[in-house]
Amino acid sequence: MSNNKQYWQNFGDLTQSDRFKQASEKEFQEELLPLEELDGKGLLDAKTPRRDFLKYLGFTTAAAAVAAGCEMPVRKAVPYLQKPDTVVPGVADYYASTYVNAGDAISVVVKQRDGRPIKIEGNDLSPLTKGATSAQCQASVLDLYDPTRLRHPLQKSGTDYKEITNFESLDKLVGKAITGLAGKALVLLTSTIHSPSTLQIISEFLAKYPGSKHVQYDAVSYSGMLQANEATYGKRALPQYRFNEAKTIVSLGADFLGTWLTPTEFSKQYAETKKVATKNPELSRHIHFESMMSMTGSNADDRYTHKPSETGAVALAILAKLGGAVNAPTFKDVRLNKGIEETAILLAATKGKALVVCGSNDVNVQIVVNAINEAIGANGTTINWAATSNVRKGIDADMVKLSADMASGTIGGVLVYDCNPVYTLADGASFAKSLAKLPLSVSFNTTMDETAEQCKFIIPSHHWLESWGDTEAVSGNISIIQPLINPLFKTRAFQTSLIKWSTVATIVPPVKDTTKAFVPGNVLESTDVYDNYYKTYWVGKLGSANAWNKVLQDGVIKATTPVGGGAYNGNKLTEAATKIAATKQGEYEVVLYQKIGIGTGAQANNPWLQELPDPITKVTWDNYAMVSPALAKAMFGLDVANKDTKRDADKYEVNPEKPVLKITVNGKNLELPTLIIPGLNNNTVAIAVGYGRKAASDDNEVNYERIGRAAYKAGQNAYPFVGFDGSTFLYNTVATVTKTSETYAVAQTQVHGFTEGRPVIYETNLESYRKNPLEVLAEPRHERELITPNGKEDFVKDATIYPNYEKPGIKWGMSIDLNTCTGCSACVVACNAENNVSVVGKIQVQRAHEMHWLRIDRYFTGDVENPDVIFQPMMCQHCDNAPCENVCPVAATNHSSEGLNQMTYNRCIGTRYCANNCPYKVRRFNWLDYNGADSFDNNQKPLIGTDTNEVITQMNDDLTRMVLNPDVTVRARGVIEKCSFCVQRLQENKLEAKKQQDPSLVRNVKVACAQACPSNSITFGNVNDKESEIYKVRNVEQANRTFYVMEQLHVLPNVSYLAKIRNTDREVNNGNEREHHVAAAHGAEHKIDAGAEHKAEAPAHH
Amino acid sequence: MRFVASLILIGFISNNSVFAQGEALFKANCANCHKPDADFTGPALKGVREKEPSKEWAYKWVKNSPVVRETDPYGKALFAKWNKTPMTAFSNLKDEEIKSILDYADAYQPPAAAKGGNNEPAQDNSFLFGILTLILAIVAFILLQVNSNLRKLSDDKDGIFRGEPVPFYRNKTYLMAGVLLLAAVGMYLTMSGWNGKGGGMNLGRQQNYQPEQPIFYSHKVHAGTNQISCLYCHGGAQDSKQASIPSVNVCMNCHMAVKEYKGEAITREDGTAVNGTAEIQKLYAYAGWNPATKSYNPDNNKDGIPDGASPIQWIKIHNLPDHVYFNHSQHIKVGKQQCQTCHGNIQEMAEVKQFADLSMGWCVNCHRESKVDFYNRADSTGNKFYSIYEKFHTDIKNHKMDSVTVENIGGTECQKCHY
Repeated sequence: MSNNKQYWQNFGDLTQSDRFKQASEKEFQEELLPLEELDGKGLLDAKTPRRDFLKYLGFTTAAAAVAAGCEMPVRKAVPYLQKPDTVVPGVADYYASTYVNAGDAISVVVKQRDGRPIKIEGNDLSPLTKGATSAQCQASVLDLYDPTRLRHPLQKSGTDYKEITNFESLDKLVGKAITGLAGKALVLLTSTIHSPSTLQIISEFLAKYPGSKHVQYDAVSYSGMLQANEATYGKRALPQYRFNEAKTIVSLGADFLGTWLTPTEFSKQYAETKKVATKNPELSRHIHFESMMSMTGSNADDRYTHKPSETGAVALAILAKLGGAVNAPTFKDVRLNKGIEETAILLAATKGKALVVCGSNDVNVQIVVNAINEAIGANGTTINWAATSNVRKGIDADMVKLSADMASGTIGGVLVYDCNPVYTLADGASFAKSLAKLPLSVSFNTTMDETAEQCKFIIPSHHWLESWGDTEAVSGNISIIQPLINPLFKTRAFQTSLIKWSTVATIVPPVKDTTKAFVPGNVLESTDVYDNYYKTYWVGKLGSANAWNKVLQDGVIKATTPVGGGAYNGNKLTEAATKIAATKQGEYEVVLYQKIGIGTGAQANNPWLQELPDPITKVTWDNYAMVSPALAKAMFGLDVANKDTKRDADKYEVNPEKPVLKITVNGKNLELPTLIIPGLNNNTVAIAVGYGRKAASDDNEVNYERIGRAAYKAGQNAYPFVGFDGSTFLYNTVATVTKTSETYAVAQTQVHGFTEGRPVIYETNLESYRKNPLEVLAEPRHERELITPNGKEDFVKDATIYPNYEKPGIKWGMSIDLNTCTGCSACVVACNAENNVSVVGKIQVQRAHEMHWLRIDRYFTGDVENPDVIFQPMMCQHCDNAPCENVCPVAATNHSSEGLNQMTYNRCIGTRYCANNCPYKVRRFNWLDYNGADSFDNNQKPLIGTDTNEVITQMNDDLTRMVLNPDVTVRARGVIEKCSFCVQRLQENKLEAKKQQDPSLVRNVKVACAQACPSNSITFGNVNDKESEIYKVRNVEQANRTFYVMEQLHVLPNVSYLAKIRNTDREVNNGNEREHHVAAAHGAEHKIDAGAEHKAEAPAHH
Repeated sequence: MRFVASLILIGFISNNSVFAQGEALFKANCANCHKPDADFTGPALKGVREKEPSKEWAYKWVKNSPVVRETDPYGKALFAKWNKTPMTAFSNLKDEEIKSILDYADAYQPPAAAKGGNNEPAQDNSFLFGILTLILAIVAFILLQVNSNLRKLSDDKDGIFRGEPVPFYRNKTYLMAGVLLLAAVGMYLTMSGWNGKGGGMNLGRQQNYQPEQPIFYSHKVHAGTNQISCLYCHGGAQDSKQASIPSVNVCMNCHMAVKEYKGEAITREDGTAVNGTAEIQKLYAYAGWNPATKSYNPDNNKDGIPDGASPIQWIKIHNLPDHVYFNHSQHIKVGKQQCQTCHGNIQEMAEVKQFADLSMGWCVNCHRESKVDFYNRADSTGNKFYSIYEKFHTDIKNHKMDSVTVENIGGTECQKCHY
C-alpha cells in the first residue's frame, strides 16, 4: 500500500518512530504472568512454578469445594399492593419530556423500566431537534442518580449545615429573612430561563417585591451576539439559524456542531447538506476559520487558522472583499489571505444560500458578522428573524454590575438557581466573599456546588426527570417536561418556592381531593403548588384537558415557525471596525473553549462524560493546554512531526506523562499538561473550561461528598482566564507561556490500536466523485479481485477455504456514513447507557483498559500544519468469517444465524485470544471488577485508592446502579465484552414482530447508537430484506461509496462504511497525495495543493 | 370395549361441536369468576337466561356491562346484588358465541371424580453400573498380576534376570493410575454430586424447591378446582418478560366476595391441615381490607394505599441466573406453550414446587424438539413472521425438511438467551 495517502493517529504513526513500530508489533504490553521463569524448562523442573502450581491447585480445589457447598439464597418476589393499570412489570414505558441544562433544551423520549428512567432518546416530533440528541443529553440520566445530589433542604450554621426537616418551617425562615431585608434589593440570579410558566411566576414574584430584579447569567456567554443584534436589528435576541438552507457555510471560530448555541439542532440541519444524493450529488461547502482545532473545524471542507485576536480582522477582510465599506486588513499568512479571498468569492456566488456564524463574544466582531450576513442575503433566508432563539439571554454587564453591587452592600438578598457563578466567574473568589456576607442567600442548585456552599439556605430543586415544566427554545416552539419518577429526595421545584414566597393567593389553585377514603385505581393528585399551577396554566392556554393530554403525549406543541428577515441598521459598523483594528495582540494568546462532554462544567460529576474521549485529542478525565507542533518545538524543543527527529515523537508520546506548560494571564497562572495537536495556530494555546471543580475546603472527603468523585481532581479551572472588556466577557486573551520541568500524566485513548499502514478509510472530493463515482473505491475493488481465484466471481464464497454459512431469515447489518459523522460522540454515551458499559477511571484508561464498546477513531491526514481530519466510528464489525471466533478455546464467542458475532460472558474464561486476533481491536477485557458484579464481595477492595480512581466506587453506589439496563448482563471481572449490535433491542423487536405476525415490523428496529446520532449517519437493519433502509443504502443508493474496513482480510464484516466526499477544490483522493505532509512539515510555506511538487523528494515509505 | 367408547366419544364431539365451542369459550373467558352450576365471584350461569328480562339481554350485558349496569334496571339490580363487583366487558364476543357459552352452562353436568395417574418411578441403574465397574477393575487387576507373574516365569526360564518385581503398592505406574483415578472420581463427585442433589454441576439449581409462603395459597384450589385461567392472575406471561405475581388488588377482585373457604380439605405436604378461611383473612390483613365493613381502610396519610396495608413478600421459587434472559411472552404468545410444560401440573399443586431443573440442557432440549408455528404459503396458516425464511420454504417445498424447529431458526444460539 505504498502509494496510499497516509492516515495517522498521532505523531509516532506519522513519523513511524521506533517505539511506535515496536508497540504495534507487540500489541499487548502487559507484564508477563508470574510463570515467566518457565522458559525452556519443564514445568516440574522449574522452581517457582511447581509451588505456584500447587498453590493454584489448592485454591481452585478449595474454591470448588466451597462453592459446591453453597446454599442458594432465598429470593423474594414482591408484587404491587395496588398495581396501576398502565404498568406491566418488565415492559418499558416511554414518556416524552425535555432535557434541560441551563438554556439548552432538547426534546426527548425517556425510557422508563419498572419505575426507573434508564435511557434517553430523541423525540422525532420536535420540529427543532427532530429526534437528535447530544452526548450531554444522553448522559444526563446518570445525573439523576448522582450521589452528590442534596437529599433535603439545608441551613448554614457556622461552617456546617443542618437539615431543615420540613418545607413549612423553611418557608417561615426565608419569609422572615426577606422581610428583614428592609428595602434592600432582592435579586433572582438564574441561568437563561425560557420556560413560559416559570417566567410568569418570576414576574409575579418580582411584582411582589418592588426593587427586586431578575438577572440571567450564562456560564459561557453570548452577550456579544445579543448586544450586536440589538445594535443592528434592534432586538436583543438571537435569530434562528437555518444551516440546512445554506450552500456555503462559513464559521469564524463557532463550534456550531459541538458546543455553540444549539449544536444538536444544527447537527441535524448540517447533516442534511452533507448527505450525498444518489444522482447529481450536491453538498454544502463548509469553510472554517479558527485558532484552535474544534470538532466543527475538523469537519470543515477547508480550514484556515489565525490568532484568536484576529477573528475580527478576518471578518473585516471578508466583508471588505464582499464590497463592504471597511478597510481590509491583510495577514502575513499567505494561505489565510487566499482563503479569505476564496471564501468571499464563494459567499458572493451563493447569495441567499450562504451563512456566516461567529463564535466570538466581542460585540464589534458580531456587528461585522451581521454586516457580512446582510451582504450575502442571509437575513431572512438562512437567518430567521421571524422566530427568535431564546436559549441564551445573559447580558455580561448585568452580572458584572451585580457583583459590584453585592460587594458594595446595596443588595440585600440573592436567590441562585441553576447557575454556579462562584465557579464560572473569572473572579469567583470575590463573588463568593460578597455572597457569604449577604443577609439572605438561597441556592436552589441540586448539589452543594461552589456557589451553594456560600449560601445561607440551600433548597435543592428536582432533576429534570423528576419535574414538570416547559421550554420555549425558539419562540412558539414549546416542548414539555414531564416527570418520569417521583422525586428521589426531599427536593422542591424552584418555582414552588417562588410561588410560596410571593403568596399571591390567586395563583395558588386550591388543593383538590380532601377525602381520606381509599378508592382503588384513583390516581393521586400532586399536592405540589407548581405542578398544579403549571397544569392550570397550560390547560387554560390550550383550552381543554384533552388538548393538554395530547401535548403531554407528543411532548411538543407543534407550531409552524414563520421565516422572515429583520430590519438591518449598519450604523455601528464603522465604529466596530475601528475598535477591531485596535484589538490588542500578543505573541502568544489563549483561547478558552468547551469540550463536547463536559461543556461549562455543570455536568462535570458525570463519569460517562468524564470518560468520553474528546473527539480531537482523545483525552479523558482532564483538560490541558492544546498547542501546535511548532509551538511545542519552540517551548520544549520537541520536533514531533519531523521524520528526522523520530525520537521526539517517542519522547512525547510513549508515556502518558506530558510536559507541563505554565500559562499566565493577568497575573493568574495555570500549569497544564501540553497536548500537541496538528492544525492549531502556531501562537495559540487552547484550554477547555468546565474542569477543576473544587469545594472551598481542601479536604478530600468533603470534595467527594460535595463535588463528587468524578469531577474532583479532574483538570483545572480555566474560567479565571476569562476577560472583560467593559461590555462583554472575552474568551480569548493575550498570555505569556513558559515551559516547566514538570510532567503530568493524561489518559488518552488513541493510540490504543494501530492500523499498521493498512487503508481503513477512503475519500475523494466532490468533483472527482461526480466525474467518476467508481474511482474512490477502486483500490478495495482491485484488492478483492486479487484474492478471488481465477474464473470465480463471488468474493464472499470463493475467496476463502472456509464454508459459507447461510443466514436463512434475518441478517443484521449496519452502514455508517463517514460524510455526515461529525465525531460528536452522542453514540458513545448512548452505548454506555444502553449496554451498562463500565466506567474504569483515569488510571485504567492510561493502561488502555477503557471499556467503550463503540469508539470514534480520529485520523489526521495531509499537511501537518493544516491537516484534514476524519472520524470513523469503530465497534465490533460482526464479521461473518470472524477471526476471534476461531481462536476461542471454549467457544465463548461464535456466530449466530443472523450474522451476529455473539459474546457469551458466562462461558468466557478470559484468555483474550479473541482480542489478540481481532483486526479492529474492538474487544474489551474486564481487567478488574469495575461493577462489583463478582460474587466474591472483597474482590473490589484492593482496587480502590491504589489501582483505580475513586470514581469506580461512585458507579457502584446503590443509587447510581439504578441506571443499569435490566435487560443487559453486568459483566464480571475476567471476561471479554464488545458491541452486541444491541441484541436486546433486536430480540425485543423480533418478538414484537412475531406477536404481530408481521415481518415488516423488523424495519422499525433502532440500535442505541443509530438512535442517538444527530446526523442520521448510522443505518441499521435486516440486509436480507430488500425493502429495508440498510439494503437500499448498501446496494442501491450508495453502492458506489460502500466499503468494508480491511475487506481484503476476508473477514466479511457486517458493518460497512460510506466513503467521505469532501466539497473542496483540493485533491484529497487516496493515492494522489502521497507523502506530501511529511515533506510539507519541513517547509515554512504551504500551498493549498502542494502534493505534486513534493512527490519527488518524498522518501519511499514502508 | 375401549374401541367402542372412543367411537362414541368421536360421535359425541362431532355432534356437539357447539357444546365444545361453548366449553372452550367459557373456560377462556368466564371461568375466572363464574361456575356453570354454582355461585362464585359472579352468579352461576346455568339457567341464568330464564331470570333475565329477555333472551338477548345477556348479549348486551356481556359485551358492555359497565354501561348496562348504570342504565338498565335489571343490570343495576344485578350489580348491586353482587356487591358492585364489576364484570369485564367482552366486546370481542359475538352473539352466537355468548349463546354457545350459555348453552354449555345450561347443559353442564358435574363430572365424576377422575382417577389419579400412576407413574412408575424411573429406575436408577447407577448402583448396578458401579458394581459392574468394580468387578471389571478387580478382574483387570488380577489379569495384570497374572501377566507379570507369567512374564517373570518365562524370563526365569530364558535366564533373563529382571530383579525382584516391585510389589503393586510401590509400583509407580499403579500409584499414578491410582492418583489419577482418585482425582477423576473426586472431580466427578464434586461436579455432579454423589447424593444426586449437591455438586458443582447443580450449583444454583433448585429442582423440587418448595418453600413455605407467607400465605398458604393453593394453586390446586384456584387453577384446579375453580378452573381460573393462569393468565387471569399471571397476565404478564403474555405481555412481558416476567409472568409476574399478581398484585394484591387482583386477589381482592374475587376475594371481596369469596370470604371463606368451603371446598375440599387442604393439606400440606406433611399432612397437616390448612385452614383456608384463615389464609383468606391473612390476605385481608395485607390488603388493608376490613371484611366486617366490606371496605378498605381509609388512606389518612395520602400515600395511595389503605392504612395498614403492606405488599406480600412471596418467596421466589423459579430463579434463573442473572446472565439468562428469559421472556414469558415469547413462550406463551409466540411459542404457544402451556404453562405446565415448564411449571409442571401446577393445577394439582397445593404448594408450588419447582418442577423442572431449569438447566440449560433442559432448555436446549426443548428448543431442539419444539416446532415453530411456521408459515405455510399454500394456505396462509402459521405465523406470518416466518414468511421471510426463504430457504426453509424452498426446502419444505422440495421435501428436504418437513417442519421447522426452534433450533432451525437459531433457538440454540448463545445470544438468544445470554446478553
